[in-house]
Amino acid sequence: MNEIEKKEFYERYENSAHRIGRIGLTIGILLLLAAPLAMGWVLGAGPDWKAFGMGFVQVAVIYWTSGIMEFLVYAPMLGSGASYLTFITGNIINLKLPCAVNAREICGTEVGTPENDIISTLSVAVSSLVTVVILALGVLCLVPLRPVLENPVLEPAFNTVIPALFGALAFKYFSKNLKIAVIPLVFMSVLFILAPSLIANVSFLILLSGAMAIGIAWYLFKKGRLD
Amino acid sequence: MELLKQLNAPIMFCIVGLVLAFIVGLCIVYLIKSYRAGLALGMDRKKLRRAMTSSATFTVLPSISILLGVIALSGSLGIPLPWMRLSVVGALHYEGNVADIAARAAGMEGGLGSEAMDGRTFVTVALVMSAGILAGCLLCVFFLKRYMKKIHGAAEKKKDGKKSFGDYLFAAMFVGLVSAYIGSYLGEWTSTGNFMPIFVAAVSAAAMALFEYLARRRGMTWLDNFSMAGSMLIGMAAAVGMGMLL
Repeated sequence: MNEIEKKEFYERYENSAHRIGRIGLTIGILLLLAAPLAMGWVLGAGPDWKAFGMGFVQVAVIYWTSGIMEFLVYAPMLGSGASYLTFITGNIINLKLPCAVNAREICGTEVGTPENDIISTLSVAVSSLVTVVILALGVLCLVPLRPVLENPVLEPAFNTVIPALFGALAFKYFSKNLKIAVIPLVFMSVLFILAPSLIANVSFLILLSGAMAIGIAWYLFKKGRLD
Repeated sequence: MELLKQLNAPIMFCIVGLVLAFIVGLCIVYLIKSYRAGLALGMDRKKLRRAMTSSATFTVLPSISILLGVIALSGSLGIPLPWMRLSVVGALHYEGNVADIAARAAGMEGGLGSEAMDGRTFVTVALVMSAGILAGCLLCVFFLKRYMKKIHGAAEKKKDGKKSFGDYLFAAMFVGLVSAYIGSYLGEWTSTGNFMPIFVAAVSAAAMALFEYLARRRGMTWLDNFSMAGSMLIGMAAAVGMGMLL
């Protein structure tokens, strides 16, 4: 395949990824909304629409806002196919995004390239399937597994999965981007030390930290100081 | 108790099973499609398999932690709903919080788990949980194609062999994300005395440094597939050790 053929092939691939994604997510959204109603039908109960409205507004103020931010920031990092899968399968920050980024690092692909798009899609598809399988096995074996998973000795381990993930990622990313990392890391550390109440809003402060890192990267890039 | 029994009835598992089967099907379609596209574009088969292997190993530990989320919510919402929520579209940090907000809105003053739930409240909570997190999915359906075209357009302009800012942009964003979390662990330590998150993060980082050294300097590149899962496992094991010491 020459370059032009590759480009045409990738365009066809991407168009079909969008088509599948749009149809798949539309059906997925309908199923997700239908499932609670179907459960209600089994229970012989319908939703309290007034309470739904109140609850939804409270939730949407926070989570629709962060959903928009996540879409704008993470979709370009993931590529087309992986974005559809990531947003419908969830657990974005704590699993899918780091997983795709890790696969990309291992395979050495660059953001925005067809190769990266393919690796990210493979990564998120496999990750989603593994999660579904583990949860299904876990649910099947809930009775025998419960004492093990809820064992007080193992509790610190399961409480620290996310710190373990970000610790490993920190070394990987900080060591390669030290000039960019120093100021956001120091700033965020000082901010959380001085105002610990902000810790609950860390998912929003990612935007501040990210904007700061991007600003520093831009400055260093313009000065020709990035490798 | 009666409601919980009904929520864990086989028919509820069937409803959830149907949703999960659809999502699994979608994942498989994308998996096959992207694998074939990779081969057609001339990508190395080994590279594609490596991406899959590393992603599978990477996912195991966080998935066990997600399973704990299912267990935590199963006491008040039954097993099927949390199972569906955390397999599809949900997020570990989101579900408990949203279920609590929805339960309060539905009249449970003490929040989720504070009192017995009736069917109507359950359906309302479940519906809020589903609708409250759909923004990303809806944006994908309506805007992702256009958005990606713009992104590709920007990437096309820089094809002069030189690195563009775009090459650094995403690394910078990720650095920002990780910085925020590491900073929050330090803040938690100084404000509450809970040093476990920053301790585990430091151990995992040290373990990753070791894996990187072995892979890059000692030529053990096969370790790349397991370095993330291995580092996390070492960090979590350190948490167990520290927990026993304390």
